[in-house]
Amino acid sequence: MASEMTSQAYISHHLTNWTLGVHPENGLSFAATAQEASEMGFWAIHVDTMLWSVVLGLLFTWFFRKVAKTATSGVPGSAQNFVETIIEFVEDNVSSIFHYKNALIAPLALTIFVWIFLMNAMDLVPVDWIPFLTQKIGEAFGADPHHVYMKVVPTTDVNATLGMALAVFGLIVYYSIKMKGLGGFLGELAFQPLGKMFLPFNLFLEVVGLLAKPISLALRLFGNMYAGEMIFILIALMPFWAQWVLSVPWAIFHILVITLQAFIFMVLTIVYLAMSHEHH
Amino acid sequence: MNINLTIIGQIIAFAFFVVFCMKYVWPPLTDALAERKKKIADGLDAADRAHRDLKLAQEKAVSDMRASKEEAAAIIEQANKRANQIVDEAKEKAREEAERLVAAAQAEIDQEANRAKEALRAQVAALAVAGAEKILEASVDESAHAQLVEKLAAEL
Repeated sequence: MASEMTSQAYISHHLTNWTLGVHPENGLSFAATAQEASEMGFWAIHVDTMLWSVVLGLLFTWFFRKVAKTATSGVPGSAQNFVETIIEFVEDNVSSIFHYKNALIAPLALTIFVWIFLMNAMDLVPVDWIPFLTQKIGEAFGADPHHVYMKVVPTTDVNATLGMALAVFGLIVYYSIKMKGLGGFLGELAFQPLGKMFLPFNLFLEVVGLLAKPISLALRLFGNMYAGEMIFILIALMPFWAQWVLSVPWAIFHILVITLQAFIFMVLTIVYLAMSHEHH
Repeated sequence: MNINLTIIGQIIAFAFFVVFCMKYVWPPLTDALAERKKKIADGLDAADRAHRDLKLAQEKAVSDMRASKEEAAAIIEQANKRANQIVDEAKEKAREEAERLVAAAQAEIDQEANRAKEALRAQVAALAVAGAEKILEASVDESAHAQLVEKLAAEL
């Protein structure tokens, strides 16, 4: 792959999403270049991000549903054992952080953990395999292979991480208002930490603190995965016989990173939602 | 790195997966886990109870055994006593019977002896008379000497 084009073109090709959107000149179309994709503005969708995240989400729900349907309280099979280990891990984390009664939190944490883990794990598929295959398929359908984009790790797309973070943010606001009332929620924003005399200062501080939660959630995950993917791409620029020297250690290290990032996202979500239930 | 509609798509997908997980994945699995926890607790409870029951049963078995041993000993003792009693009774009876038999035999012997004596006496009287007749070669008046003969016979 790398030999066919310049390194810069190779990297930017790998970092461009397969975008479907309304282009000001071409109308509804797939973006042929990264520039076209950005010209589409907000009314565009990253087909590869959606495709892979939904496929992996369905894989998660399908597998867990299959096990849940046949779940027995007797001796569990190996699949049930595996799923139960994850469930108990998540449940332990939830019960140690979140002390309120809420049927949503634990399944939410489980979904976040497994789904993000699976999306991150796409990082471990060699960087060229799926894009190369897609280019061949695109070519077969008569498309220019240089204009066929396929970014397989959804969490290296800031839209995916920010989407989840915004959903969590929505839950934070919803539960804050539900547990404390609208007045209580706004009161916390306005009258803390310095009391009524410093209302504008309080409001500024608390609003920034509130908004920092989803932003930090989204950017932490995105940054880690984007950087990791970037390094895999840079390693792929090396001669093929030397790549394993770097790619194998980096992949092994990345097993830790993808699990850790999924775990951090889950734990912070639980912490934020526990905070939204608390009265200060 | 464009922010676009994908963000909305991701929120929708995320919400769908969370709701699905909450409705169809989490409850059955945690129910199974809770049920197993309860089963294990029940099992441990039952084991404890069985252990206690076993101890009680062992104690009861030991005390039962002791009681039946005592009972058996008492029965044996009683049986021995009874046996001795029966033997004594039998001995007594046998002795009495023997005495009775001896007495009856004695009486019969006496009677026989008397009878034999009577017969002998009669015969001796006759013999004496006959002998005397022969010796005297004379007819002795039996009636005249009857008194004498009888006297003689009584002395025999």
